[in-house]
Amino acid sequence: MLKIVNLKAAINGKEILKGLNLEVKPGEVHAIMGPNGSGKSTLAAVLAGREIFEVTEGQIMFEGKDLTTLSPEDRAREGIFLGFQYPIEIPGVSMNNFMKTAVNEVRKYRGLTPLTAGEFLKMMREKKELVEIDSKLTNRSVNEGFSGGEKKKNEIFQMAMLEPKLAILDETDSGLDIDALRIVANGVNKLKSSENAVIVITHYQRLLDYIVPDFVHVLYNGQIVRSAGKELAYELEEKGYDWIKKEVDQLEAN
Amino acid sequence: MTSYELIDTVQELKKLYLIQKEELGLRLPAALTQIQQDAFNAFNQLGIPTTKAENYRYTDLKPSFSKIYKTALSSQEIQIEEDALFNCDVPNLDTQVEFILNGRYVARQLDLTVLPSGVVYGSLLNAWSEFPELVGKYFAKAADYKDDGLVALNTALALDGFFLFVPKNRQIKDTIQLITMLDHTDNLAVNTRNLIILEDNASAHILVCDHTFGESHFLSNSITEIFAGENASFHLTKMQNANNHSTCLDGNFIYQQANSQVIANAISLHGGLIRNHFHVKLDGEGANNITSGLYLTDRNQQITNHTLIEHLKPHCMSSQLFKGVLDDEAIGAFNGKIHVHPDAQKTEAYQVNRTILLSDTAKMNTKPMLEIYADDVKCSHGATIGQLDDEALFYLQSRGISKKEARLMLMYAFMDEVVSTIQIPGLKERVEELVSKRLRGELSRCNHCDFKCH
Repeated sequence: MLKIVNLKAAINGKEILKGLNLEVKPGEVHAIMGPNGSGKSTLAAVLAGREIFEVTEGQIMFEGKDLTTLSPEDRAREGIFLGFQYPIEIPGVSMNNFMKTAVNEVRKYRGLTPLTAGEFLKMMREKKELVEIDSKLTNRSVNEGFSGGEKKKNEIFQMAMLEPKLAILDETDSGLDIDALRIVANGVNKLKSSENAVIVITHYQRLLDYIVPDFVHVLYNGQIVRSAGKELAYELEEKGYDWIKKEVDQLEAN
Repeated sequence: MTSYELIDTVQELKKLYLIQKEELGLRLPAALTQIQQDAFNAFNQLGIPTTKAENYRYTDLKPSFSKIYKTALSSQEIQIEEDALFNCDVPNLDTQVEFILNGRYVARQLDLTVLPSGVVYGSLLNAWSEFPELVGKYFAKAADYKDDGLVALNTALALDGFFLFVPKNRQIKDTIQLITMLDHTDNLAVNTRNLIILEDNASAHILVCDHTFGESHFLSNSITEIFAGENASFHLTKMQNANNHSTCLDGNFIYQQANSQVIANAISLHGGLIRNHFHVKLDGEGANNITSGLYLTDRNQQITNHTLIEHLKPHCMSSQLFKGVLDDEAIGAFNGKIHVHPDAQKTEAYQVNRTILLSDTAKMNTKPMLEIYADDVKCSHGATIGQLDDEALFYLQSRGISKKEARLMLMYAFMDEVVSTIQIPGLKERVEELVSKRLRGELSRCNHCDFKCH
């Protein structure tokens, strides 16, 4: 589904991703962990097409297409979803209008007719129930005045509405209390299928108790330096990142 | 003589006054001719304001007054297609449509209607002859012609416009839609004068639609005086949609007594040069004023919003919100002042101006001002000029929304704050639609209107 080969990306001339490789297949859950500043959020933004990052080398193939040539909106229409670490408040744009426009633009791209008002409302209702989002939130402007937890739930709601093939959740657990974390994780699990895939970016093993990964990768200094099963997350929780940093730094010194 | 006289300079405008005086002077009420004479003398002193005057610093009127115009002298035989006129109604809106063409009230039935309730509306010129005392009591009392050349010019030359009188305790439920149309095969200069009087506990809503018809160059210098008595409530929305050769100088002078409430919006959709001026006097405790403006300006268009909100008595509230989007080579200005007089303790006054520039060549000047002479007040002002928020743009795009559509959504959201201050039932939706069309570049003329304004 997704194949990243030797990806290098920079912002304002400063290289953040330094030759990253990753392959994700349908039905898989990948967790990406790593110390602060290792490039986790950059990877998420680059996959979604944030223009301030420049891809200087390497390839991102998604379902056989070269993603780097696509605009952010076309990537979304192809089935990529980014759950933002800090969802943006947009006063004056209603959730309803936002979702209706988004869903219908994605449908149009895929050669489907736009949803009727009735179909759309029904879909909204169903997805709201699915992800346990307060129905009042969708009557407001996008994220405006939402609490941290509500914003994250709203990300999962949007994911449910857009039905992506690949969801990249950037620190969706940060700032959540234990109840909100459970709701968010439940939402992700309900949307999971053998057809789609999830990349979870997180600092903490806690989220991975709820969203169980098939693979855990450690990102350090712009590269994936270690990949293993979910047990790696427990090891990191226990020992921190220093041992990995040391190993990597030593290797490089040699 | 012909109905239109050529004018091309200020000298010609002055000549027009003298001709008008000779032609019509004897038929006009003495009180009016006296005021006109005084205003003319004032205009001789003041002239057309230049950019050296602080209030006109950002509005260069010279090009507008350097063109050659004709000007309407007397009522013409005006052919108006009633159907077209009615089609200009805002759909789904209960309005009573009134019409001003080239500065003259166009009667569909009567020049002046007097309802059993005591409500009077129609031609200001007719109101002068039928109710000289009433009109004389208010006329030129809010708009001071002694310190502004444009007010002086209008007061000296304007003959007609819309008149509304709502007596004590009377409410006009239906919105009055005043369509002010400029239409001539030649370039035309017009001075229009409106007078609106609400006595204590009276209320009314007016929607003014400014249109131009055809491609002629128009110079419109219009003044509206509004008097709101104690506890009166008045709502004014202006929709400006004129061609790119036109100059719209629009002065609004609002005088409010205790506990009155006035809401005014200027929605500037189109126009070569638009200058909106709002001068509000809050002269009774508990008076409340909300004045806002929305501007969508592109190509070589110019827009200025100029305000002066005077708090004369304690416990009054005023709030100003002006927002707009400038594109291409457009030039915008906001020059607004809150003036709190020494007696006006416990004043609450707010002022905000926000502009988005879509191009590198658009230009905005903003000057929010506070002048406070009382010590127990709550006032704030602020201004921002910026671009669309890149992060918000990316957020929308990341959900599959095209960049173009995302930009429109953000611009629309930006302006929604002003649109939502419109409280005339049904009108908000209509304005939303027009703003959205304007943003998409689809607004060549108002929907359902047979007049092709562009």
